[in-house]
Amino acid sequence: MITVESVTKTYAGFTAVDDVSFTASAGRVTGFLGPNGAGKSTTLRIVTGLTPPTRGDAHVAGRRFADLPNPGLEVGVLLDASAQHAGRTGREVLRLSQQMMGLPRSRVDQMLDLVSLTPTEAGRRVRDYSLGMRQRLGIAHALLGDPGVLILDEPANGLDPAGIRWMRDLLRGYADRGATVLLSSHLLHEIEVVADDIVVIGNGRIVAHGTKAELLASAGTHLRTRRPSDLRAALDLAGLTSSITSPGVVRVDADPELVGRVAADARIALIELRPAETAGLEEMFLELTADTQREGAAA
Amino acid sequence: MTTQTLRAGPPASPQQESAPPAHIARIPLRRIIAVELRKSFDTRAGLWLLASVGLASVLTSGAVIAWAPDDDFTYSTFTTTIAFPMSVILPIIAALAVTAEWTQRSGLTTFTVVPHRGRIMLGKALALVAVAVPATVAAFVVGAGGNVVGAWVSGNETVWDQSLAAVPYVGLSLALSLAMGLVCGTVIRNSAGAIVAFFVFSFVIPPLLGLLAMTQDWFHDVQPWVDLDHQLAALLQGSFDPEQWTQLAAASGLWLVLPLAIGMWTLVRSEVK
Repeated sequence: MITVESVTKTYAGFTAVDDVSFTASAGRVTGFLGPNGAGKSTTLRIVTGLTPPTRGDAHVAGRRFADLPNPGLEVGVLLDASAQHAGRTGREVLRLSQQMMGLPRSRVDQMLDLVSLTPTEAGRRVRDYSLGMRQRLGIAHALLGDPGVLILDEPANGLDPAGIRWMRDLLRGYADRGATVLLSSHLLHEIEVVADDIVVIGNGRIVAHGTKAELLASAGTHLRTRRPSDLRAALDLAGLTSSITSPGVVRVDADPELVGRVAADARIALIELRPAETAGLEEMFLELTADTQREGAAA
Repeated sequence: MTTQTLRAGPPASPQQESAPPAHIARIPLRRIIAVELRKSFDTRAGLWLLASVGLASVLTSGAVIAWAPDDDFTYSTFTTTIAFPMSVILPIIAALAVTAEWTQRSGLTTFTVVPHRGRIMLGKALALVAVAVPATVAAFVVGAGGNVVGAWVSGNETVWDQSLAAVPYVGLSLALSLAMGLVCGTVIRNSAGAIVAFFVFSFVIPPLLGLLAMTQDWFHDVQPWVDLDHQLAALLQGSFDPEQWTQLAAASGLWLVLPLAIGMWTLVRSEVK
């Protein structure tokens, strides 16, 4: 479990993270979604004790990160796969942490095997690694101590499609076995596919927080009809907000069942009625991050 | 869009959560020392610097034999000459041990595996100052070899003008040089900058202080108290009297303790990116 409570970080007048609070629960994959520069990495650095927060507190596995006796055994961290000494071999990177965490030496080969880095690749220096190989090495490093909490910043970056699929299954498996998985991404699809809970951050503020089902439901309903203005009048009467997105197409902030009933009661034929699911999260993400003021108005 | 409202923070205070597993022990300092020592020599740069220490000590011995007058072929000539390149290269290794965490960004890993920068820095300091021990042994062993070869080349008797008493002096001189490298790394936290700072300390400031001591009478008496490089060179000659020890302590306080305190103060508060 990861808890972030009212964390704020300001740099000389610029607020990078503004009163951020959220929880990542055990047994669930929590997606931390936001465009570049939204404050994702700063928040994760605060959680892992690398950046001191201006205000607020973060706890991992019930403690402040710095109070964990041997953090590697409880929290696996991958913040930046490229942040490794370029002149060290991949295997050596793992050896150092394995030694520091007091793990058996065999753990290094197990992890290399798990992330499909061959012995030859592991013997090469990180300087010569592709971004995908660095990500694999970083994931191997995060999993080294078999931790119950994983914190991964943009882990899908640089992985090929097969690698992304592999990582998704890996994280899913970890969460299913009861681990807390917090991963950040600016790739909506990646989060939508793997996450159970989603935290959306924009301009340093949390703009949405909920289960994936809730956030998708909130995307509303798309429908098509020959009589859009009549339907909108009926929806208005029912107290539902709607908008015309293109000629004949109406978007309603309500679930399809309710919208369908309103249309039936008003005896307006529909050509199409569907949840705005596929584009939902993306639309919401773009809306929310483009204009964080929505947060207050939407409530 | 009700789900967009911000959910309240977690209700349970973290302290109420299950107590952390009791079987997880704190990472012991000796493990930090061992890993930090390993980290100084497991990179390409570290390996080459280490190799260059060995190479430099052999080359300087050769240079003494080749160019120094035959009468100078004494044990102390060899050991002090060998100690000189060591006192330049070893501090660079020490400085890089600190700066790599920032310049190479490996600190992201280091400080999340051990989230106490003070302990990591203590581990680095103990590991690297301890490098003075094998370096000193190497200086005396290679120096002995040079002395024997020198005598053989010149046809003179071998002159063993250094006793075991000289060993701790050379060791201390190298240890303080290493400490100076660490201090440069801690204060600057950038590989190129720290190396430049160390070179300024050992090659730019000493002649300036020497010049000042020659031209200004008042400074002549002050110099031993403030010129650490001068003291490190003096240590290689051995046999300090109590006043010299006090002067060494004063100069170390000025060049090592004070900047280290400032460097550590900013280091533990800095952001690791």
